Amino acid sequence: MRTLIFRTVAPYLTSLIVVFSVFVLLRGHNEPGGGFIGGLIAASAFAIYGIACGVSPVRRALYFHPMGIAGAGLTLGSLAGLLSVFERVPFMTGLWYYVPIFGQELVLSTVLLFDIGVYFVVLGSITSIALALEERSND
Amino acid sequence: MDATTHSTTLIVLLLPFIAAVFAPALTRIFKHNTAWVLAIVPAVVFWHFFTFLPEIERGEVVTGGYQWIPAYRVNFSWFIDGLSLTFALLISGIGVLIVMYSGGYLKKHPQLGRFYSFILMFMGSMLGLVVADSFLMFFVFWELTSITSFLLIGFDHKREVSRRAALQALVVTGGGGLFLLAGMLLIWNVTGITELSLLLRADVALVDSPYYIAILVLVLGGAFTKSAQFPLHFWLPNAMEAPTPVSAYLHSATMVKAGVYLLMRMNPVLGDTAAWETVLPLFGGTTLIVGTLLAVRQTDMKLMLAYTTVSSLGLLVMLTGFGYEKAIEAAVLYLVAHSMFKGALFMVAGAIDHEAGTRDINKVGGLITAMPIVFGAAIASAISMAGLPPFFGFLAKEEIYAGLWHPGSWPLFFTLVAIVGNGLMFVIGFAVALKPFLGEKKSPTEHPHDGPVLLWLGPVVLAALSLLTAVFSGVVHRYISDPMSTAVAGEPVEVYISLIPPIGVPLLLSVITIVFGVVAYRNLERMRSAMATVLETIGWGPDRGFDQFIRGLVRMSFWFTQIVQPGRLEIYMKTTFIVLALCLLVPMFVYDELPAMPRFPHDMALYEMVIMAIAVVGLLAVIYAKNRLTAIVSLGIQGFAVALIFMLFGAPDLSFTQFMVETLSVVILALVMTRLRLTPTDHRSVGTRVIDMSISVVCATAFVLLLLNVTQLPFDQTLSDFFTRYSVPIANGGNIVNVILVDFRGTDTWGEIAVVLVAGLAILSLMRIRLRPAVPIASNDPVEEERR
Repeated sequence: MRTLIFRTVAPYLTSLIVVFSVFVLLRGHNEPGGGFIGGLIAASAFAIYGIACGVSPVRRALYFHPMGIAGAGLTLGSLAGLLSVFERVPFMTGLWYYVPIFGQELVLSTVLLFDIGVYFVVLGSITSIALALEERSND
Repeated sequence: MDATTHSTTLIVLLLPFIAAVFAPALTRIFKHNTAWVLAIVPAVVFWHFFTFLPEIERGEVVTGGYQWIPAYRVNFSWFIDGLSLTFALLISGIGVLIVMYSGGYLKKHPQLGRFYSFILMFMGSMLGLVVADSFLMFFVFWELTSITSFLLIGFDHKREVSRRAALQALVVTGGGGLFLLAGMLLIWNVTGITELSLLLRADVALVDSPYYIAILVLVLGGAFTKSAQFPLHFWLPNAMEAPTPVSAYLHSATMVKAGVYLLMRMNPVLGDTAAWETVLPLFGGTTLIVGTLLAVRQTDMKLMLAYTTVSSLGLLVMLTGFGYEKAIEAAVLYLVAHSMFKGALFMVAGAIDHEAGTRDINKVGGLITAMPIVFGAAIASAISMAGLPPFFGFLAKEEIYAGLWHPGSWPLFFTLVAIVGNGLMFVIGFAVALKPFLGEKKSPTEHPHDGPVLLWLGPVVLAALSLLTAVFSGVVHRYISDPMSTAVAGEPVEVYISLIPPIGVPLLLSVITIVFGVVAYRNLERMRSAMATVLETIGWGPDRGFDQFIRGLVRMSFWFTQIVQPGRLEIYMKTTFIVLALCLLVPMFVYDELPAMPRFPHDMALYEMVIMAIAVVGLLAVIYAKNRLTAIVSLGIQGFAVALIFMLFGAPDLSFTQFMVETLSVVILALVMTRLRLTPTDHRSVGTRVIDMSISVVCATAFVLLLLNVTQLPFDQTLSDFFTRYSVPIANGGNIVNVILVDFRGTDTWGEIAVVLVAGLAILSLMRIRLRPAVPIASNDPVEEERR
């Protein structure tokens, strides 16, 4: 697997795929995409990076432990659900805020926050499994 | 009841639990003198309940409470009548003495604080139990007494016997609690009532219900386990492994009486039937005789007292179910008398153990000069236990005979049982109170003496109370005996017995008992050896039966687990697939719901056929693959083909996800396969291959049939229409799939991502385990464990 070409291309490929995954995540509410699929794309990006260059560069690039990322995602998702407390509406009710910025309207929603949480959980869990497996196939 | 008393009662009920939290810290500061501080808690409780006496005397009941789970009409409510009040006063009053006594008995014990915490928690549970009104509250406190008594019996947790005793008590009484729960649920189902006070007041004929026998058996199952009725009595003597204050409190005055309390409480509702008046006297009478006979066998003072407690409980059960008003009065009087004299005698036994270093009546003697105060308390309590004047036990015993002596062979039989039981209890009472104090002076320790005030205050106070209550029997009857008997009988009852008994048959029976007792006392040694021979001949008892039961249970679960969880993935997979196929196919054939033969679609485009062909080729490649890696990759071909189909039929999200899942599963499977170091090729035997193939073909057929069936049904548009219509207006999202995932059914997704996370963690830790050098895995085989 560790061909020179693959190893050279992999970092660029990975960053491209990660950017793409974020794009998929953010467009998800109106176009095909979303947090789950975005997370899967990102996870496959890191899997490719791991196969090409080994596990430790991936861990360095991720900086946080992937399971920690997943945990943060779950926390984020739960927080998004709990925010509804402040509006005195039931748990997980979607809240929408329209923030005017530079004459444009920025749409923020707890739904998006929740989707980001899903993204991180999927990314973190799958990556940690894949990395653990790759690590063991190299030792 | 005004609002202040209302909230004060709640605080008083919670007070022991609050005190239990602070007990360890207090003990660290005050050492054993915490006894004086903590005794305030039961004293306050006692005083609070004491103020209810005038109300109860007038025949009123005190009720109150708070909503607990309003949706299920479950309340945290209390209900105090004569019965509850007497129990509450006994629990808190003796509680004061026990807390003080513990300070003396466990002085310098490093875990005194923990002990106080446990015993106060127990006190709180017991109080809650006797004042509980709602069934659920009653059950919760009932089980809490089991749990706290488990902690107390196992207090000396480093000794195996005490751990076993604790576990045994928990299994027996906790198991009985489950019976009780079932019984209460049944009562609830039959009557629709969830509160004891309503049940007592309601005009429901529970005894005429077809479920009466079931209710009776279940309630008795709870009461008999808790009150140690034969053959479930064995846990009580074993519980003597607990420190003596525990035995004096739990196993004489409180916990074991909870079962009697339950019977007395239920008497107006469940009693007055042939079943009630047969089962209770029979079990009670048997327990009375068996308990006293086993008590004779013992030489350890605590065990002698423990067995007589078993027999006293038998006597109480017998009297409660005897069906005569006088018998109920007798049960009430005896219950009060027993709490006083037995509590005192246990504390005396503890004091002797503490000061003289042994509880064996053959190893101590002549302590009368060294321990005069304890001796005074002991002899007074023994006289009360023997039923001699001028103590309260005398009144109780007169009333017992008055309650049992009726024309007919059935009452005559139980009168004889009572004479034998009382006579033997007379023997044991005096054996404990006289043998250690009289005769030749001997003791394992050098200078036994009365010890600190904390050690003898309890027995002395209780002995004095035995005397005072008998002398002022009029007052006691008015405030305690009458209201309590009324509550138990369910109709107004008045008790008249005093120290000057009416001349009649009961008095004669008392004299016979005394004569029998004196004769038996002189032949105690001979009876003991005779009992020992008898027990050795039988060689088996419920105590060993318990061990055999537990061992059998462990072996059975092991055997069952071996069958259900053999630990081979192959078997799990096969079972899963076979069951799956059966679940799909059997209903279809049974209900004749096989799908109609589908029509071959003639308008299929060429590219669609090509994609189908790719999928088929992928599958064939899996089957004919030379090695596993190729098979995995080929499986991916089929997955991609399916993703393409999704795309063609207008499900871009699904297709997108399918692509990613396929990619990742191929990567992960490949990684796993390389790690497992399996032989690269399939090496199953021909037979296995045929079986596996048949299973997969059957499964596949089942799925095809299911899918055909589904597509042939008319499609219900309701949900699709709903989501299409409301996705944008309500949820501001154009992508319906995503809107469903994160908004309409967001809570589902929330649960799912939690599952993903946990699954990830589990997989990660499973892989980590294998990294370390091999650890021998326990087989869990009970036979092997026993051998070790």
